[in-house]
Amino acid sequence: MEKSELLHLQVVVELPYRWAAGRNGSLMLKALRDEKKIIGNRCPECRKVYVPPRAVCGPCFIAPDETVELPATGILAGYSVVNYPFIDPETGEKRPVPYTYGYIQLDGCDSYLSHFVNETDPARLSPGLRVEAVFKPDGERVGQMQDILHFKVSEEKGG
Amino acid sequence: MTDIAIVGAAQTGYRRRIDDANFSEMVYEVTSGALADAGLSIDDIDNFITVSNDFWDGRTISSMAVQDACGSSYQGGRNVSTVEGDGTFGLLYGMMRILSGAYKTTLVVVHCKGSEGNMRQITNGMFDYIYTRPLGIEATAAAAMQARCYMDRYGLTEEDFAHVSVKNRGNARLNPHAQLAAEMTIEDVMTSKMMAAPLKIHDLSPISDGAAAVILADRNTASKLGRKPVWIKGIAHCSEAHYLGDRDLAEAPALRDAAHRAYGMAGVENPFEEIDVVELYDAYSYMEPLWLEELGFCPRGKGGELTRLGATAFDGPVPVNPSGGVLSAHAVLVAGLARVIEATLQIRGEAGERQVEGPVELALAHGINGPCGQSHCVVILGE
Repeated sequence: MEKSELLHLQVVVELPYRWAAGRNGSLMLKALRDEKKIIGNRCPECRKVYVPPRAVCGPCFIAPDETVELPATGILAGYSVVNYPFIDPETGEKRPVPYTYGYIQLDGCDSYLSHFVNETDPARLSPGLRVEAVFKPDGERVGQMQDILHFKVSEEKGG
Repeated sequence: MTDIAIVGAAQTGYRRRIDDANFSEMVYEVTSGALADAGLSIDDIDNFITVSNDFWDGRTISSMAVQDACGSSYQGGRNVSTVEGDGTFGLLYGMMRILSGAYKTTLVVVHCKGSEGNMRQITNGMFDYIYTRPLGIEATAAAAMQARCYMDRYGLTEEDFAHVSVKNRGNARLNPHAQLAAEMTIEDVMTSKMMAAPLKIHDLSPISDGAAAVILADRNTASKLGRKPVWIKGIAHCSEAHYLGDRDLAEAPALRDAAHRAYGMAGVENPFEEIDVVELYDAYSYMEPLWLEELGFCPRGKGGELTRLGATAFDGPVPVNPSGGVLSAHAVLVAGLARVIEATLQIRGEAGERQVEGPVELALAHGINGPCGQSHCVVILGE
């Protein structure tokens, strides 16, 4: 029996956005761009330090009111080496594989910051590794998370 | 009559662009505001409804991204449900959650920023992707066809619609939350830029950013609070076909049906006589008279006359959109809940400069979603 032809419609939908970073986000992104500093904030109730800085401490339902400057160093809390290609939302091109995606707890911070780690050999990665932020050079930072190029594994041993 | 009351409410100012607050910051502002208004703390809220739209927010599962800000992650997390649609649909859902008997209170919060995406592309995105969307139709072009159908059916004129814009933008001068407020003439509207005939730019609501929240409580809880509860006396939500070609655009049977059901619950027999103030979803000027007809405030085709004769004016027998309505601020989805909040303030006698004359015992608030008012929610609020 002859099969009837089934059609489909293939389109590329482009939907541009201009998201407001808001008060807290602007504070953090400006510090990255202008001072190569990582800014968080502290909940007045439970004293937890959040990075990125939050509008609200969820568990306490109260606005953190104290800005905290954090060091560029911390530990690798969780990670995965990703082996499949992904379209980089910034460039529209395939991101080179493999790359390592990590959750980093900065020293003195209670929350985790997600970013890239420049080590892609699973044998050389372990929870608790010391890592340090590597910033893009002056003049190339524009006020976005990619102003941090990645976190590099430090020479010093983690505790 | 239901056993559910609005006990707290808050809304942001509506602006073309709110740059100093992201979604979380806006949601936290109105959640905190509604709690303060109710005299409640986050401990008192045991259920949460968040309302948003993924295309407008530019993210998937947008309604689950504001949990810190709306308080639902308080002390490790509370029950939260989400609605994608108008804020009034969230109100209806929140009410039903309490009526289930599982919860005493519910926070309903809605946010949207029209400024962050592209309005035409996003509203084009609601149409059928095989047959309709590739032809470029979006909200305003669809609305223009509806306006045309409505005019042709009853011999209405563009001036009839211009009266609505003049009234509502004028009313907005009394509302600090409104975005567009102006003393305008019919000529100002008639000579404004033609967008999609017969609609000119002053027939269109603006692109807006904003958020709003209300707190609902059961009878027992509401009665114990210091503030006067505003009762949901009647409510109904109805929807008609999605494809515009399957609809008679000069009519809104879903609204007629929703009104009939809500009036039945509230015991309203003659809305013009019994309802003291109306806040409805006038995304375009022509919608106000069309919706008023379907809500039974006048016979078919007489909505324009109602406005021209001043019956819907701020000091008329039935003030319609004394806040300035959606024509003066249109944060999508938020705008329906804003109508509920405006009606609530009128019943409390707390609408400030925009408080209408005389006691407001019964008010009607209305929300829509979908092209040309595909679905409607009618809320009757009262003392």
